[in-house]
Amino acid sequence: MTSSRETVLKAVRRSLQADSRDRAAGEAVEARLAEAPAGVVPARARRPHEEQIGLFIEMAEAVDATVERVDRTDAVPGRVADYLRSRNLAHSIVHGADAWIEELPWQTEPALERRQGRAMGDEQAGFSRAFGGIAESGTLVLTSGPDNPTTINFLPEYHIVAIRAEDIDGDYETVLARIRESYGKGRMPRLLNMITGPSRSADIQQTLLLGAHGPRRLHIIVVG
Amino acid sequence: MQITSPRFKLNAREAIADPQLQRALAHVQVGFIEKRSKAAGKLPEFDALRDSSRDIKNHTLANLDLYLEAYEARVTEAGGHVHWAVDAEEARKIILNICQEAGARRVTKGKTMVAEEIALNPYLEERGLEVVETDLGEYIVQLRKEAPSHIIAPAIHVNKDQIEADFRRFHTDLPPERNLEAPETLLAEARGVLRDRFLTADVGITGANFLIAETGTSIIVTNEGNGDLTQTLPRVHIVLASLEKITPTLEDVSQLLRVLARSATGQEMSVYTTFSTGPRRPGDPDGPEEYHVVLLDNGRSGMLGTQFQDMLRCIRCGACMNHCPVYHAVGGHAYGWVYPGPMGAVLTPSLVGVDKAGHLPNASTFCGRCEQVCPMHIPLPKMMRHWREREFERHLAPASARWGLRFFAFFAKRPALYRPLAGLAMRTLGALGRAKGRFRRLPLAGGWTSKRDFPAPEGKSFQAQWAQRRSGR
Ligand code: SF4
Repeated sequence: MTSSRETVLKAVRRSLQADSRDRAAGEAVEARLAEAPAGVVPARARRPHEEQIGLFIEMAEAVDATVERVDRTDAVPGRVADYLRSRNLAHSIVHGADAWIEELPWQTEPALERRQGRAMGDEQAGFSRAFGGIAESGTLVLTSGPDNPTTINFLPEYHIVAIRAEDIDGDYETVLARIRESYGKGRMPRLLNMITGPSRSADIQQTLLLGAHGPRRLHIIVVG
Repeated sequence: MQITSPRFKLNAREAIADPQLQRALAHVQVGFIEKRSKAAGKLPEFDALRDSSRDIKNHTLANLDLYLEAYEARVTEAGGHVHWAVDAEEARKIILNICQEAGARRVTKGKTMVAEEIALNPYLEERGLEVVETDLGEYIVQLRKEAPSHIIAPAIHVNKDQIEADFRRFHTDLPPERNLEAPETLLAEARGVLRDRFLTADVGITGANFLIAETGTSIIVTNEGNGDLTQTLPRVHIVLASLEKITPTLEDVSQLLRVLARSATGQEMSVYTTFSTGPRRPGDPDGPEEYHVVLLDNGRSGMLGTQFQDMLRCIRCGACMNHCPVYHAVGGHAYGWVYPGPMGAVLTPSLVGVDKAGHLPNASTFCGRCEQVCPMHIPLPKMMRHWREREFERHLAPASARWGLRFFAFFAKRPALYRPLAGLAMRTLGALGRAKGRFRRLPLAGGWTSKRDFPAPEGKSFQAQWAQRRSGR
């Protein structure tokens, strides 16, 4: 009995007349997979780094994220606490095991409760660190794992994300190339989330409403 | 899903007479079109990206077998399972089997048109599973026991007051006196109701916008975050995707992502673009323990190498229906199957047969707007014409249409006869219609004149004018 796999592949090959396809075709496929040539990259993404950061902030705000920028890493715990207070939220956050997060001077905010681990669904606010940022569309890139569990990106109503200014790049290609460097060619984190603004839906009469199933609000702290 | 495409004409007539539907459809024409054109206008490279996207898909389709194999190898390496399904029946069985092995009772679903294509929900429900749609639009149509009427806005045919009535009917454990006036409260209620379903589901099923051969990754693009909760919380994640979703590399997918959201909703980027590769890894505190991909053919392999191959470039952005005057008039359900609008008019006959869906390619004014806005440059009008030709060849067109065309062809091929006859017809019609400039009724043209007047010809035929201008030079 031929497997469905063979049946499908055979049907595809028959339609494409793959027998008469020359060897160059196979080589072109190999080469494309190996070299991953870049295509058209918008000019707006290719600017000096400081301008990229500005564009990132502008684009993120345009999709209803709130953004603030701090000079020093030390300032982050205070900003997180301020944000929770300003929104009248419970003074607690859930975050992952990210060393950068752990090393923040949390002692400056003794009243802030922190829990390390995944989100369970009853937390008001989650805190993550982004792997990267994409200026051209104001997009955050987060990777799964114990450092920044995926559930934190989606379950809490408020998602606060810190990103180091040096991790902001112009375009998708640059950030994805960094992923390739970190995880190895052909490999990916289990989950890579590109997040552009807080969740929304236009399914009720084409009216755009914020806060569908994911976070209602997204707050970004750019560090550096 | 029951195919009602053969009764398209009747469906369309009913749709036009449905005031609720007509009210809802009014929203399509304004929102989508304006937003898309703004988003495209803001990106100077938009057209270059469309070209690049088309080329990527053409290259991929020409080598689809090779990319499928590369993709499969990567998924397996990452600890996932790829299941190949020749047709809908096989895909349903595979999915049921995975659910049963997992001892599943409740299944959550992100938005997937391919699941509609294989009529997955009724199949699983008949076998004792509870299936919960989690995209707000899909949830609404599920409550209403309807099918989606648009590929990216499933409940676009429903008005707010209808949603409110549905929620009151189904969410009976909530206080009946609650105020659901504002759309925000409806959204909040759906969020609350579905939250519990997400947390207690055993299996999550999503579609895929793209599959990446380089990395064995599946991608979903959403705005609500429901797809992410669907695939992250349950123990098992099943991705259901058709063959043509394959894209070679991360770079290639970056090109496609730049045109997708802009063409669909006019966003620069959808809120959540999620790349999934395999199941939970050692040390991961969350994520599914099993990751399955069901790769569905269901007629696509047969489209390769034919004049319909270009249709497989489609990235399901919905722009063609958003800009289609026929869709604006009749909505999605009239098309009678899963895929409406111009893309459906081409795809449906390919997948279910021209005998059942032969009317759809005729549901076009050939205004060409769909092709103009299609990010993948799919020649939709041309392909609808191909279907019309096939329908004609297979004698599926009504006898009067066939005789009429044969009559026309006879004269058209014989210019010496055609010219004087056309001239005579024009002069006759012109003389008869001179008083009003139009005809309310014409013999043999009832299909036209029952809905609108036929203008009486003025002056000379095109050929006569052309001859005159050329000799005048
Ligand atoms: S045919 Fe083109 S415009 Fe229509 S859904 Fe597909 S990609 Fe979009």
